[in-house]
Amino acid sequence: MDMRPDPLVMMTTQAPTHATLSAPTKVAAKNVNVFYGAKQALTNVSVEIPEKSVTAFIGPSGCGKSTFLRCINRMNDTVDSCRVEGLIQIDGKDIYDPALDPVQLRARVGMVFQKPNPFPKSVYDNVAYGPRIHGLSRSKAELDQIVEQSLRKASLWEEVKDRLSDSGTGLSGGQQQRLCIARTIAINPEIILMDEPCSALDPIATARIEELMEELRKNFTMIIVTHSMQQAARVSQRTAFFHLGILVETGSTSDIFTNPVDKRTQDYITGRFG
Amino acid sequence: MSEHIVKSYEQELTGLDDKISQMGGLAEQLVGEAFDSLASHNPARARATVASDATIDLLHRELEEQVILMIARRQPLANDLRQVISVLKVAGELERVGDLAKNVAKRAQAISGETHPKGLLTGLQHMTDLASRQLKDVLDAYVARNPERAMQVWRQDENLDAVYNSVFRELLTYMMEDPRNIGLCTHLLFVAKNLERIGDHTTNIAETVTYMTRGSLPEGERPKGDLTSSTLMSVPHR
Ligand SMILES: Nc1ncnc2c1ncn2[C@@H]1O[C@H](COP(=O)(O)OP(=O)(O)OP(=O)(O)O)[C@@H](O)[C@H]1O
Ligand SMILES: [Mg+2]
Repeated sequence: MDMRPDPLVMMTTQAPTHATLSAPTKVAAKNVNVFYGAKQALTNVSVEIPEKSVTAFIGPSGCGKSTFLRCINRMNDTVDSCRVEGLIQIDGKDIYDPALDPVQLRARVGMVFQKPNPFPKSVYDNVAYGPRIHGLSRSKAELDQIVEQSLRKASLWEEVKDRLSDSGTGLSGGQQQRLCIARTIAINPEIILMDEPCSALDPIATARIEELMEELRKNFTMIIVTHSMQQAARVSQRTAFFHLGILVETGSTSDIFTNPVDKRTQDYITGRFG
Repeated sequence: MSEHIVKSYEQELTGLDDKISQMGGLAEQLVGEAFDSLASHNPARARATVASDATIDLLHRELEEQVILMIARRQPLANDLRQVISVLKVAGELERVGDLAKNVAKRAQAISGETHPKGLLTGLQHMTDLASRQLKDVLDAYVARNPERAMQVWRQDENLDAVYNSVFRELLTYMMEDPRNIGLCTHLLFVAKNLERIGDHTTNIAETVTYMTRGSLPEGERPKGDLTSSTLMSVPHR
């Protein structure tokens, strides 16, 4: 893939943006097309995602949000029928470069899924798993420290510090989701992708995760897919609206939710027929 | 505008606009009646005008409650959010217009026994006509979601200010000519000030219409013509 951005192509295909980006770009996509077999799931998606902030992807079911999210850590590689075209860069480097190791990439780009999916292992091992396989610690003491810090960052430590050897699957749904977040941040990624991370949680557990996102964005670039407009409005600084495989509009979250440019965006977020 | 998937939400939004129209119509009517009761020295009519302000207050409270409930239940966004916020603001402005008209009617009661020097009311009549016209136009702009029309009203408030300046000077002159006019003229001065304030509330509504339709407030300064704050006429020494 060509690594040089083509300014002309960018100008003509970029969805309208309201405000200029202030933070440096962490993830840049240019003319991304994704196919499952013959079916096209994403068409000409171009977007820039600023570092150390939360970007929300919103849009109706099946519009391609998860598909696009999975392009960013190359999870789509594992789907046989899936073909990704176009350029996706992290820190200006093409992540589909054949020389790049997808396993290394996934250490830099963590992912949290809709359904909490802890391993059927102890709370401790769930968090220690990543650092172990990536060789991030040299001693047991160091690993203990990573586990504790990650659980603290995920604001789960106080609740599980006395049951670290209990099974992770024995925790409540909200605790399991925070365990998965702890597991994700244990390998110290640069980017965290979250695909509807709160859809199975009650308002209190949701508030905890949202509070956590607010904290995490100081150090991580976060991209979250959510079906809750209110959640997108609460947690994100920028919002991107997808519709039928097209990125319709990207802008500051406050602009998108008070004064969107595109009628499709307006109709979707206000609950009207498109 | 496409329709909401949730029909009751659509109905609630339409209901808000209906109530604003109702409030606006009443406010407009009150402004006219207040002046008529003054000009016709009719204390009974003035009393009736004072009483009808209560209806505007009631509508205002109802609208406030509805908007609060809608924010809690529907969490409106984008144009819907701008509409419910605008309803809240416009209702507040109309409520103030009602209060000012009521105050005119109260003064009409107070001075109903006095004879007005001939021609003294011409300026006030003119102000009333302008204020009512402006109010009507801005409400039409609200209902039609027409920011250009709202901006026209916004700019035209200058005319009302200009008439206010001349009424102000005229009343001062009457007072200087004959101190026995002071009681009456002071009331009339407040009447003029109230009408001028009604114009200001109207421009606030115009700004809200701009916000509601465009998502931003009008650019630049509104042309202002009220010079009375810096006007001084000194009584000539005898
Ligand atoms: N593994 C797959 N094989 C074939 N088609 C797929 C696959 N995954 C997704 N698709 C199709 O791609 C399109 C986009 O799907 P995607 O899961 O990205 O949507 P989404 O926006 O995340 O929707 P939702 O909000 O329901 O999660 C859909 O039409 C879907 O059917
Ligand atoms: Mg999805």
